[in-house]
Amino acid sequence: MAQLTIDNVSKVFGSTSVLQDISIEIDAGEFLVLVGPSGCGKSTLLNMVAGLLTISGGQIRFDGDRIDNLEPKDRNIAMVFQSYALYPAMSVEKNMAFPLRMAGFSKEDQTQKVQEVADLLQISHLLKRKPAALSGGQRQRVAMGRALVRDPKLFLFDEPLSNLDAKLRVDMRTEIKRLHQRLGTTILYVTHDQVEAMTMATRIAVMEGGIVQQFGTPAEIYDHPANTFVATFMGSPAMNLIDAVVSPDQQHLQIGAVNVPMPPGVKAPAAGTKVKLGLRPEWFGVGDKAEGTFDMPVRVDLIEPTGPDMYVSVKLDGQSVMTRLPAGSDVTQNSDCTLRVALDKAPIFDAETGLALYA
Amino acid sequence: MSVEVTNPRSGRAIANRIMVYTFLLLAAALFLMPLAAMVFTSLKSMPEITGAVGFENNTILTPPRAPTLEAWSTAWSSACIAVACDGLRVYFWNSIVMVVFAVTLSVGLGAVNGYILAKWRFRGDNIIFGMLLFGCFIPFQIVLIPMARLLGILDMAGTLSGLIFVHMCYGIPFTTLFFRNFYVTIPDELIKAGRIDGAGFWSIFLLILVPVSWPIFVVSIIWQFTNVWNDFLFGASFAGADARPLMVALNNLVNTSTGTKAYNVDMAGAMIAALPTILVYVVGGRYFVRGLTSGAVKG
Amino acid sequence: MRLLRNYVPQLTLLPSLILVAITVYGFIALTMVLSLTRSKMLPRFDRWEGFSNYLKVWNHPRWEVALENFAIFGILYIGGTLLIGLVLAIFLDQRIRIEGSLRTIYLYPMALSFIVTGVAWQWIMSPDLGLERAFHIWGWESFRFDWIKQSDLAIYCVVIAGVWQASGFVMALFLAALRGVNQEILSAARMDGASGPSIYWHIIIPALRPAFLTAIVVQGHLAIKSYDLVVALTRGGPGFSTELPSTFMYEFTFSRNEMALGASSAVMMLVLVMVLIVPYLYSELRNER
Ligand SMILES: Nc1ncnc2c1ncn2[C@@H]1O[C@H](COP(=O)(O)OP(=O)(O)OP(=O)(O)O)[C@@H](O)[C@H]1O
Ligand SMILES: [Mg+2]
Repeated sequence: MAQLTIDNVSKVFGSTSVLQDISIEIDAGEFLVLVGPSGCGKSTLLNMVAGLLTISGGQIRFDGDRIDNLEPKDRNIAMVFQSYALYPAMSVEKNMAFPLRMAGFSKEDQTQKVQEVADLLQISHLLKRKPAALSGGQRQRVAMGRALVRDPKLFLFDEPLSNLDAKLRVDMRTEIKRLHQRLGTTILYVTHDQVEAMTMATRIAVMEGGIVQQFGTPAEIYDHPANTFVATFMGSPAMNLIDAVVSPDQQHLQIGAVNVPMPPGVKAPAAGTKVKLGLRPEWFGVGDKAEGTFDMPVRVDLIEPTGPDMYVSVKLDGQSVMTRLPAGSDVTQNSDCTLRVALDKAPIFDAETGLALYA
Repeated sequence: MSVEVTNPRSGRAIANRIMVYTFLLLAAALFLMPLAAMVFTSLKSMPEITGAVGFENNTILTPPRAPTLEAWSTAWSSACIAVACDGLRVYFWNSIVMVVFAVTLSVGLGAVNGYILAKWRFRGDNIIFGMLLFGCFIPFQIVLIPMARLLGILDMAGTLSGLIFVHMCYGIPFTTLFFRNFYVTIPDELIKAGRIDGAGFWSIFLLILVPVSWPIFVVSIIWQFTNVWNDFLFGASFAGADARPLMVALNNLVNTSTGTKAYNVDMAGAMIAALPTILVYVVGGRYFVRGLTSGAVKG
Repeated sequence: MRLLRNYVPQLTLLPSLILVAITVYGFIALTMVLSLTRSKMLPRFDRWEGFSNYLKVWNHPRWEVALENFAIFGILYIGGTLLIGLVLAIFLDQRIRIEGSLRTIYLYPMALSFIVTGVAWQWIMSPDLGLERAFHIWGWESFRFDWIKQSDLAIYCVVIAGVWQASGFVMALFLAALRGVNQEILSAARMDGASGPSIYWHIIIPALRPAFLTAIVVQGHLAIKSYDLVVALTRGGPGFSTELPSTFMYEFTFSRNEMALGASSAVMMLVLVMVLIVPYLYSELRNER
């Protein structure tokens, strides 16, 4: 178990800069998720921590000791890959024993350790099989088993669940989380799935364009997004960003003819400033007015039932807004209606810089 | 992939099928004809071949009426090649030794080279690959004269080791190409996993990659085996009397013009020279074509 | 030590690189240099001839025959193997029950050496005892097939033997490519009302373009190298009527001790190959990135 410090790390491939001044610090036992769209540099960062790529600048430290110039095998880490990267010619048992074999453990120690981990992951019955004879979920377990046998100080996961079907993904998600709680290891986990990030992480780093957009706990990221990118990336359906102008008295936001009260948690900018009001779809509702909510006149555009909820796309002063209402809510397509919206957590963003304006 | 021309039950469709099969079988007959002529002739006696009394109706495509293995045994152990009358035996073993060493060396080196060029990228690796690739395409006439000198300098002129060296040198570009194109299809993550698990350059190669490389080993070995076994140019240019490979000896046998031409011995000799590679193709040909078309030579 | 470890891949590659650098590039350079000297039996670098050796080769009647033969052989050999290979592949691709055996039959000549092929076909094409006699005995008295003895026709014998040997390989290339043609495109074409032959003509054959390219390059390359076939089949004869650049080079270098002329002809062969190969290599390497 180790405290991991990524200190001003950057990466340049030839002449293209892929990562710029990344700084992240996590404590021993934390579950850090790197999340971001494809191509933002998550795998690159992970590979640099693993030692598979050299770093172009900065430092990586483990409990204060620099590791960025060590060979991967000397860093005391283990990694689980998206494609599992099981050695095709070796049986499951041999696969799992491979790190031990390379480290020079005796045959008995290898067998014992592999058995232990196989029991833990419930794959003992698969030990003699070749990877080709395993299902996706089983391969996933074996890959984790191979990482676990070494008792590494740090686990690295690169989108380990993205090749699984939806149901298995949810199961494995729970399982990895349980494993983390049980073993208490430090984990660095890469995904582009924001649900995975929210459910598993103790802390999340949202990346985009080679920089960390926001680093914080899931709640911080969800409730206080630092900018429009984080706001729209985390949450599904995405947060609505509604163009608005600060009213002369700075107490309201003008969306066309609609005057919305300034949300409580924000620092109101000067009158006339163009801003974006962030509204999550689930903050909308129908029915009686309640404390801290606002009645919004909208026109219903499209209704998509999903079972427990329905996604209702509405027009507010010509702007499209996605809302999530309980199933059976009383709305009809192509008709005007009034939705109430809870504004207590709503952020506003500077229209130009995209940065959140919190009080 | 096949295109159903018409409704399979219509008369035209049946006529089409008949035409297709007739054509294919006819072609097969044409392809087999030379082999048949060789085998038949090698099993006949000279009087039968020349249509002497009793064999007036003999043709090259008539099966032997009185089959005999005489010609085979002559070709193998007593036919005269230049001045020596020991048959092809000695040269057959020369070729075997040459093939074993040349194939092992060139395939081994090509495997390692391909592994490096595919999985350990470094600055300039592509240029190096291009330069190696070029070596596959030169007409060997361009290197004959200097190579003769180099073998002289290395004191390998006329020897079997000299021939092995030559075949190794000009086999490396091909085997490197085959292995490199095979290894680029293997995911990099496997190498990364190996490095994290503590395997080094050689253990990744030997423990992780080699066990999955058998298809490309088959392709490379067949390719090199047939090329080295069938080579004539290098053998004729560089081999001394003691180191002559089989193809050179066969050519000499056929063109030794003392007395009447013994066609049956010539054909038996040709069969002896052809059997090893035919065997290799029949055993491994399926993998060869599959491997060759799935990456080695991209098509 | 650490430094050394970081360069293990490069260091491991080095011996092969050195070998290839010397035996391919160094030797090409040496041959080029030799072609500018007055070397006869042994290389000598004391007298420079400039490009006059090239002129000598170029104006030599045998070289002229060699080039002409090469053009005939090259065009007919490549064209023949491509055509036969393609037809065989298309026919074999019609869900043929005995496909496996047929494929082996078409492919086995590829396993033979040109020497064996030459020896066999020399026998088959010999007028006294070969095919001609066979047809006579089968009752076709007027059948004539003595091309191998005729100066102006002997080169076609070389073509026949070459095409017989290599068509199966081209067939295998095309067959693999045919199997790779996208099924959905075919279904779409059929729904658009295209019939069998026009599907082949407009969709499948164009899709085989890369296979055509590979086949042309491989066959062209073999054609330029084809030394053994001529040696075994006709020994360059009758006279020097089946001379090819490759036999010319060998004859002048090793039999006539005109090393400089041999070197010049080898360089010209290299140029011929390059004209064929460089565009191909270029497109291959560009597609890689
Ligand atoms: N070896 C390389 N040379 C040049 N550019 C590279 C190299 N490897 C990655 N890149 C670039 O770096 C950027 C980040 O790549 P990276 O693989 O880290 O993205 P990622 O966030 O993991 O994306 P994904 O979710 O698709 O896996 C990409 O734009 C990629 O094109
Ligand atoms: Mg990635």
